[in-house]
Amino acid sequence: MNKKDWPLWEIFIRSKNGLNHKHVGSLHAADAQMAIENARDVYCRRNEGVSIWVVLSSQIVASDPDEADALYEPAKNKIYRHPTFYEIPKEVGHM
Amino acid sequence: MLSNEELEKEFQAKIDAEIKIEPKDWMPEAYRKTLIRQISQHAHSEVVGMLPEGNWITRAPSLRSKVILLAKVQDEAGHGLYLYSAAETLGVDREDLIEELHTGKAKYSSIFNYPTLTWADIGAIGWLVDGAAIANQVMLCRTSYGPYARAMVRICKEESFHQRQGYEIMLKMAKGTPEQKQMAQDALNRWWWPSLMMFGPPDDKSIHSAQSLKWKIKRQTNDELRQEFIDKTVKQAEYLGLTIPDPHLKWNEERQHYDFGPINWEEFYQVINGNGPCNRQRLKARIKAHEEGAWVREAAIAYAEKKQAKKTAA
Amino acid sequence: MNIQEALLEYCLRLGDNSLIIGHRMSEWCGHGPILEQDIALINIALDHIGQARNWLTLAGELEGMGRTEDDFAYKRDAHQFRNLLITELPNGNWGDTIMRCFLFDTFNFYLHQILQHSKHDGIAAIAEKSLKEINYHLKYSSEWVIRLGDGTDVSHKKMQNALDDLWMFTGEMFEADEVDNLMLEESIGADLQQIKEAWNDYVREVLEEATLKIPENNWFQKGGKQGRHTEYMGYILAEMQFLPRAYPDAVW
Repeated sequence: MNKKDWPLWEIFIRSKNGLNHKHVGSLHAADAQMAIENARDVYCRRNEGVSIWVVLSSQIVASDPDEADALYEPAKNKIYRHPTFYEIPKEVGHM
Repeated sequence: MLSNEELEKEFQAKIDAEIKIEPKDWMPEAYRKTLIRQISQHAHSEVVGMLPEGNWITRAPSLRSKVILLAKVQDEAGHGLYLYSAAETLGVDREDLIEELHTGKAKYSSIFNYPTLTWADIGAIGWLVDGAAIANQVMLCRTSYGPYARAMVRICKEESFHQRQGYEIMLKMAKGTPEQKQMAQDALNRWWWPSLMMFGPPDDKSIHSAQSLKWKIKRQTNDELRQEFIDKTVKQAEYLGLTIPDPHLKWNEERQHYDFGPINWEEFYQVINGNGPCNRQRLKARIKAHEEGAWVREAAIAYAEKKQAKKTAA
Repeated sequence: MNIQEALLEYCLRLGDNSLIIGHRMSEWCGHGPILEQDIALINIALDHIGQARNWLTLAGELEGMGRTEDDFAYKRDAHQFRNLLITELPNGNWGDTIMRCFLFDTFNFYLHQILQHSKHDGIAAIAEKSLKEINYHLKYSSEWVIRLGDGTDVSHKKMQNALDDLWMFTGEMFEADEVDNLMLEESIGADLQQIKEAWNDYVREVLEEATLKIPENNWFQKGGKQGRHTEYMGYILAEMQFLPRAYPDAVW
């Protein structure tokens, strides 16, 4: 990237109170304040948000897909963590 | 370590199982290249596409139509941005993609190299050009690359008003004064064939099609999408009382589709290769905006750095 | 001039300011310095034209002759428009446009801040609604004036140039005439002297941060509010009004 180009920012929007901020995409801006304003104009033209987070894309640290097996497989065989693992008689009602 | 061959096999298995490919996942270099080419072309099309319609913003015949058109053209800027953003997940910079557009290395949809002559053209573009674009975009919502698919979902949601606003303009003009109706027919005459060309060359001549289908970047062929579009549009033209400029257009009971006349592919390739009525004009406008904006972009960065330096010093 | 006449004039001034500056800004669509800013500026243009529609619709109601927003926008000639001269000037470069926005937004902000408490319900309602948008316009243009004024040498020069070019068109904002005085007496309109002070303070503060110098020129152009416009106005209207003028019987 040319030094004169605006850096890339990842944009996260909370669509309404009570919900998480959700990643919606990215955009370019010279600074954080501008990134927020650009996000408002680019990603909230139709009332999509009540709160905006912006993060420099270069600051995001992501897990490596090659480690997916090591990272996520072990969770798959712990089915006892899920409620459907347990059998409760119908008569007991919802639990 | 897996060999390339094994990786590619795994990759194709994921595609076949409808598992989306995400930015950091392994992908064949050709897949990445195809995506960058297609997504950036698509982004360029949105941005260049602002010009023919933008041409009429200051002349919109009512304040209502002015705000609608302005919002619509602005949406296109937004869509261009979503798409550049999707392309950037593949490890390219928007600035480099724009450079390729400006040097003529990258293409954009050739339809935007046609001029907008009367207000009816704004109707025709919304109805036909956006209609054709939507057919393509709805398919792309299911494309195999995650960021591209997500950008398309967003775009499709927003695009849904575009075709309607175009049809509304056509409706008002087709049912208006004789002069308005004539303008509407004239616009249809000029935009019909270029709209059909938007779906790209016929399947047997399309160089990228087969591989793109296998990778599920594309989900339907050019000819399928084109036929779908024609079948839908004929009824809409009938309702307007306008005539589609194709003497061969006829319902085929056996195929359950409309038959249509030959498309002038020579014109299509000429326009793609720079010989359309507005190619030079469109590119010049984009280059001018970019060059004249350079000092603004530089100043904003310089100011941000100054401020950051002050903050660090304090 | 009676109150009804003054009220109509007053609304037309508000509506025409929004319409003409919105028109000028809309010319940027597709030509901005970067996609993000293209979108940002068009959002503001949309706000302005939206506000113009509200004011011109109100003007039609006040007049009671059945004129619509479009009748006002498309069927008056230059001498019947009531916008400030600064709104009709050509866009120039991005810096010129931003500087014009800033000088006008500051005025517009203080004006609407007062008008939201107007004794006239219709005016108060539109002003209150518009103020939220104008608030953002001012924030946006102020930030950009500072950024470009204090950015690079090139941008600094361009912004100083823009300020020098535009300065003589700022005085008109605060020049009260019979309409303004009547509206002020009736607690419908705003006190332009009061706005002038607030405007001066804020503009000085921002320009100082932008490292820009206020021109010493104290001779100001005026006349827009009374329909005496620049030569640019005729061309704006020729373009804007072409279709309804060429096809008077058509509905669009």
